[in-house]
Order: sequence, then C-alpha cells, then structure tokens
Amino acid sequence: MAPLLQVKDLRTYFYTDEGVVKAVDGVTYDVQEGETLALVGESGCGKSISALSLLKLIPIPPGRIVSGEVIFEGEDLMKMDEDDLRKIRGNRIAMVFQEPMTSLNPVLTIGKQMTESLELHLKLNSQAATARAIQLLEMVGVAEAERRITDYPHQFSGGMRQRVMIAMAMACNPKLLIADEPTTALDVTIQAQVLEVMARLSREFGTAVIIITHNLGVVARYADRVNVMYAGRIIESASAETVYGDPRHPYTLGLLNSVPRLDQRQGEKLIPIEGLPPDLGRLPPGCSFYARCTFRTDKCREEYPPLQLIEENHYAACWVDVRKGSAATHGK
Amino acid sequence: MASETITAPTGSTTTSGDDNLVEVKNLKIHFPVTAGFIISKTVAENKAVDGVTFDVRRGETLGLVGESGCGKSTTGRAILQLYKPTSGQVIFDGVDLTTVHGGDLRPYRRKMQMIFQDPYASLNPRMSVRDIIGEPLLIHKLGKPAERRERVAELMRIVGLNPFYATRFPHEFSGGQRQRIGIARALAVSPDFIVCDEPVSALDVSIQAQIINLLEELQEQFGLTYLFIAHDLAVVRHISDRVAVMYLGKLMEMADRNEIYDNPLHPYTKSLLSAVPIPDPVLEKKRERIILTGDVPSSLRPPKGCVFHTRCPIAIEECRQVIPEWREVEPGHHVACHRV
Repeated sequence: MAPLLQVKDLRTYFYTDEGVVKAVDGVTYDVQEGETLALVGESGCGKSISALSLLKLIPIPPGRIVSGEVIFEGEDLMKMDEDDLRKIRGNRIAMVFQEPMTSLNPVLTIGKQMTESLELHLKLNSQAATARAIQLLEMVGVAEAERRITDYPHQFSGGMRQRVMIAMAMACNPKLLIADEPTTALDVTIQAQVLEVMARLSREFGTAVIIITHNLGVVARYADRVNVMYAGRIIESASAETVYGDPRHPYTLGLLNSVPRLDQRQGEKLIPIEGLPPDLGRLPPGCSFYARCTFRTDKCREEYPPLQLIEENHYAACWVDVRKGSAATHGK
Repeated sequence: MASETITAPTGSTTTSGDDNLVEVKNLKIHFPVTAGFIISKTVAENKAVDGVTFDVRRGETLGLVGESGCGKSTTGRAILQLYKPTSGQVIFDGVDLTTVHGGDLRPYRRKMQMIFQDPYASLNPRMSVRDIIGEPLLIHKLGKPAERRERVAELMRIVGLNPFYATRFPHEFSGGQRQRIGIARALAVSPDFIVCDEPVSALDVSIQAQIINLLEELQEQFGLTYLFIAHDLAVVRHISDRVAVMYLGKLMEMADRNEIYDNPLHPYTKSLLSAVPIPDPVLEKKRERIILTGDVPSSLRPPKGCVFHTRCPIAIEECRQVIPEWREVEPGHHVACHRV
C-alpha cells in the first residue's frame, strides 16, 4: 500500500538581504496511514518550516519552495494551485499550532470559528454545523459544550483553547494532522491532558499525525517513527524504540545525553553538545554538525553524508559508526 | 570606596553553626485587585503566596516546582525583597529582612542575586555586555573603573564567554550566551545566594545542558546557595538537593531529591511526576499515568479547605472543609495532605 504522504527532496529557502537561508534543505520521508511521526530538533532546525511547506503555508517571498514533491493521496501538493490547496487545508490535512491564543480569532466566538470550516468544507447548514461543533467540543473534553460554544477565546484557559484547536482540526475528519509544538506553551498536567486527547482521537479516527516538538519525552510517548532534524536536514530516522535505544547519529546521541531524565537517580553530570547550531545562511560544505561533533573525521568536513539505510527501517546521515566509540570511518 | 574588595572571599562568610542561609516563615504575598479609576478601591485579593514555610541550607540547591501561577516566582522575588510580603518573615543569614528598610537593605542585596528566565527581556538592549555585567559593581560602589573592567573580564571568562566581546550588545549573542551574561551579572558582586528563576526553560536542550553544568560548576567553585525555580521536573531533579512542590500559593510537599521522586506522598506531586514523559519509549509504554482533570483554579478565588481538592483524585469531605497542616511525616519530608 502506498504511503499516505510522500515527501521527496523538499527544499525551502528564504531569500533575505543577508543571503539565502536554507531552512529546509532536501528532506525526504513518508507518512503511513494512521501512524504518528515525530519531527524532532532544536529551534531553527527547520522542523516547523518543513511541515508548513507541505501546505505552502510559508511566507512567499522571502520564502520559496525550491524543489520537492509532496504526494498526498496520490496528488502532488506542490503542483496544485491555491484554490485546490485550500480545499485540502483544514479538510484532509489539518493543523494545530503552538499558540492557541494567536491562532484563534479573539473577536469571534468559538462556535463561529468552528462552524466556518464545517460549512465551507462539508457544506453543512448552520444548524447542522453548530450541532457538529458541539459534538466535537464534547469529544475533546470541553465541559458544557452547548453553553461554551458562544464564548470567546479569552474565556477559555490555555489547555481548553488547545482542545478547541484540536476539535477544529478534527472537524472534517482529516487523514493527516500536523501538530506544531501543540503543548509547548502548556503546563505539564495540562500537556498530558491535551496529548492524551490528541492520541485518542487520532486512534479513533485513524488519522495520521506529524507531531513537531523539541520535547524528547513527548516523542518517546506518542511517536511511532521519529525524524531527527538538524540544520534543515533529516539526520536520523527510525522507529521511536530504535532512535532512543540505538541512536546512530552523533547529534541524536548528544541530544539524548544532554536531557536530564526524571528517572535518573544519581545527579550525574549532563553531557551537553558544545557550541551552537550553524548559521543556516552559511552552512559548511561538509556535515553541518561537524563543528560540534565529537566523532568528526576529515571526510566529514568535506563531504555531506547522505541519509542512508544502515539497517532495516533505520536511516542515518553520518560517515562514522558511533557504536565503535570514536572516529572510525566506514564505507569508502 | 575602592578600599572594599571586589572579589569577596568564596563560600560562606561570617556566621557559623547555623546551616540555614535562608528561612522563610509563613510568608504571604497578597496582591490587591483594584477597581475604579479616580476612587479606586480594593475589590479582591490575589493570594499569590499564601503561607509558605521552608528553609534553604547553606550551599544547597532547593528546587521550587509548580505550574504557572502557583506563586513560585513570587516567592523567589519576595525572598529578595522585590515584593513586600503581606505577612511572614524572610530571615537571611540571621537577619529578618522584612524589618530592614530602604537603603539599609543594600548590603543584603549584595549577597542575594537573581538569574531570570528570559535572556532576551532581562538584558538592556542598549547597554554593552561590559556595562551590563559591571552595573552591579557600580551600584554597590565596588572598585575603581579599571578594576571593574578587569573584574568584568574575569566574570566573562568564568561563565565561558570571551572577554573580547565585552563591548558588544545583547542582540549579538545567542540565547545561551545571553543567559551566561545574566549569570555573570549575578555573580559580579560575589553573592552567597542566587534565585534562579526558570534559567533554562527558554533554551534548547543542548544549550540547556551547558547552562545547567555551568550553574553546577559555579556553585561548587564559589560555594553558592541556589533557589532553583522551574516547571521542568526532570531539570529540577537533576540540579536540586531538595525539592519543594507548590500549588496555588501553598507548599504541597518538600523532601530530598530522591525521596520526593521515588516516594512522593502528596497526590499532586504524584500526578505531576506521572505527567512528565520520560525520553524512553520502552519505559513510557509501561508507565501508568494519573491524568488530572480540570484546570488550576484562579488564585483570586482559591478553593476552600485544601486548595488541590478540586482536582484531587482521592479527596474526601475533610479536604473540602479543612486546610491541611504542613507537617513533617518523616525526617526531612514535609507534606500538606489529609490523606497521607
């Protein structure tokens, strides 16, 4: 069976006064039907831009999708015009953003905002749309939905707003949900509530989810597959168990070593990744992680390692075998 | 003025025997909520901090955790006398700071410093790094200009910045580097006690680890005492010796680091811990979670009795009526709950 979504060599560049910023630089991955894929990485690694590019939701200009195919249910989204894309956005592909306050319109009631897409995409009349909206709100756990539907966004708490966002996203029963840092702005107990709602709905509806996050704990709990991104590229891709249990890229390894874990008894020293991520406008010719890497070799400085299959279902972009401890080149 | 040395001796100074550097006793901070424009009157009280009691031992890191709005930052600021407590005492090195006023506080301010959460908002964008780090020295009239300049360079080296960049401005630095500038500023007057208010929550994980390690090294090097305020329980577990959990202006539980994580007694602590996902998919699939229902109530109208009873999975009638007492159930393990 063909995957639900195939992203092939996606490149999104921003043309600024200071030069070309290669925010996304050749990203390739698949999303299977019903699976949860996590895009992990630190600020500026291109994880959000790569997801926004799927629906051409980046500011053009200065941004431009330079190359790539995004095949969703057999159609290339990159070749579609704006009208056709609009039929897909919020309908078959829905999004949930980080800041529920800025993604909701403060001067419209929740009901108005929810019924809008229902009327537009599902061609419901206003009565049917309202009934459906109430049903959706109940589904995401908003108490007294019938009354609250006439409330404005500011009358909801942060967690409740994010539930409303999820309800809106699920309104048209999408095949794919893109959740961009959906719980980063929320407290831990609220974060747990919201993520559980999202996971339950995606299971019930069979929705595939791309979750973008920097929280490695959230990824471990909810993701089936993980793409680790660094400086605009995917540097490792595997099942969640593999990425955490057998990381093969020095950056993935570094990330896992640098987070303090709740279940760590001893106050051991953290092993940070030294230095800073590279400037995306001035990427080095070789591996972009070269300057911070403890495994680096001369080859890494000169040649960018492609993302290659290293074992079944496990891809990594590195010239070095990190299991051997230090810089031992393999391949040619 | 130059006679006063800039580099104070490291570690604890005068008092001996007493191992509590800071003692907070029944601290309350209530902010008035006013209405009316010309004739404004107080219509309500926001009980941001409502009777907390704890101490910070010399040389330790006390972690203060809780969700947004629980009063953890307000508590930290009140210790530094940045807010005037409504009632209660803050005893620093044997002196009740709530009885010291105005200019008399200045010598104590020198011993207590703060590191802020947002390295973008807490540095004046129009001041050079040298002026930012050197400002506390200027305020406390420490050293001659040349000495101050040398001290700034030394501080920059201590926190891992190249003194060459002293004339640059905050916007030229990354988030992690800015946080280092904030740390250098806090260290400038050689304090004994630093309130770290969410110092790493705005940073990326790889940078976060660099700053956590730096804070730990500095503590060892200068014998610092930290109050570490954070919402990230994993970070707090890593850096703290003891941990206190706050909810709606009150302390729920306090114990040694490992004790509170291995043997949490308060239902809020339990649910807080279970809500934090662990970066290990195999473990995560096996973990049981307590998902709390509902939101944190407003501190304008805190629930009667135990403030947590509205979300507590094991609340009984008593919890709705009677405020639980803050008691020591095991040596060093305090909890406020009727059901323990």
